[in-house]
Amino acid sequence: MARGLLDLVEQLGHRLNEKFIRLGFATRFFFTLLLFSGQSFRRPFLTVREVYFSGVLSLLIISVSGLFVGLVLGLQGYETLQRYGSSEALGILVALSLTRELGPVVAALLFASRAGSSVTAEIGLMKATEQLTAMDMMAVNPIARVVAPRFWGGVISMPILAALFSAMGIFGGYLIGVVFIGVDEGAFWSQMQASVDFRLDILNGVIKSFVFGVAVALIAVFEGYDSVPTAEGVSRAITRTVVTSALAILALDFVLTSFMFRGL
Amino acid sequence: MNRKLIDLWVGIFVAIGIAAFLFLALKVGNMSSANFAETYVVQAKFDNIGGLKVRAPVKSAGVVVGRVADIRFDPENYQAVVALKLESRYQFPKDTFASILTSGLLGEQYVGLDVGGDDRMLAAGDVIAKTQSAVVLEKLISQFLFNKASEGAEQK
Repeated sequence: MARGLLDLVEQLGHRLNEKFIRLGFATRFFFTLLLFSGQSFRRPFLTVREVYFSGVLSLLIISVSGLFVGLVLGLQGYETLQRYGSSEALGILVALSLTRELGPVVAALLFASRAGSSVTAEIGLMKATEQLTAMDMMAVNPIARVVAPRFWGGVISMPILAALFSAMGIFGGYLIGVVFIGVDEGAFWSQMQASVDFRLDILNGVIKSFVFGVAVALIAVFEGYDSVPTAEGVSRAITRTVVTSALAILALDFVLTSFMFRGL
Repeated sequence: MNRKLIDLWVGIFVAIGIAAFLFLALKVGNMSSANFAETYVVQAKFDNIGGLKVRAPVKSAGVVVGRVADIRFDPENYQAVVALKLESRYQFPKDTFASILTSGLLGEQYVGLDVGGDDRMLAAGDVIAKTQSAVVLEKLISQFLFNKASEGAEQK
């Protein structure tokens, strides 16, 4: 009985240790990546190509989701606000919730599942088919040639996509609030402008999306590079990318929010 | 996918990003109304500031002429020291009267400036001498109740 209990505790410790060792690997990987980034920037087209694959190809899903989130916010917000006779505050509600929270967070979640997973799959398959080893043999550094451009492509795309998400969402809120329901247009925009602060709300949102971009891109390239080089291993790595990214985004969001908007 | 086309798409992508950011900054945020005009800071001491917050508007005749820059507590005479950042294009006489008012019944609080008649104008660093504190609703209600009670006692 005591033996079994001891085994259980040992297993728990083993799992935790594994996680920490992986975290250490990821950190070392991050610094190596930064070290070789300069090398990959000498060929900027490599990064531009990755901005295309992870950023431009995510445009559609990001803008459509942003629009619909804004439409729903408009409907639900109006429903609640008109009970208190302050439906003109709809602009504030839509703009603040999008620029502070929903824009960066939902865009990052979508980005992790749309672009992060494909980056992991690509690098994982390259590893499984021994392309990375072949590059190493030809004295081409796979981190500088394959990993760094994908990382920076994600980091560059993320703030742009988050800003687009927020803008589309506010447009959606405008469509529902002003065009369909008939909230006064002047009050909608002027109340929004009076209470949305450029530095506090919009810049903080951009900072958030940048941090999420770094986290998602790092998780995606690391999981791909660290995957078990089999079909099953790659598929597991992709799952881990999406799950870990989502958890990391939500946890980081809580930490950043508690620093940025404390008592405001 | 050739290189030119990818470059073009990435260019469009970045342009969309900049456009979205400008939309957020200018149309949604207060970047357009937050002018970078020169300002000067004057102090005002209040016995009670109620719910006044930093960045609350300073209004004169209903027009926003500045913002509350800072709120401190002065431990020597137990008063609140409020720093008002006023736009340089608006000048106020020395004997301007500052009071803390509420927009609407339960709205946010702001500092109202009632202009006096002095020839000399307020300069940076000056202290507004005449102030009126915020009205605290509880005090008002209790005063009213006491008055009512004493009226009732007199009539008996």
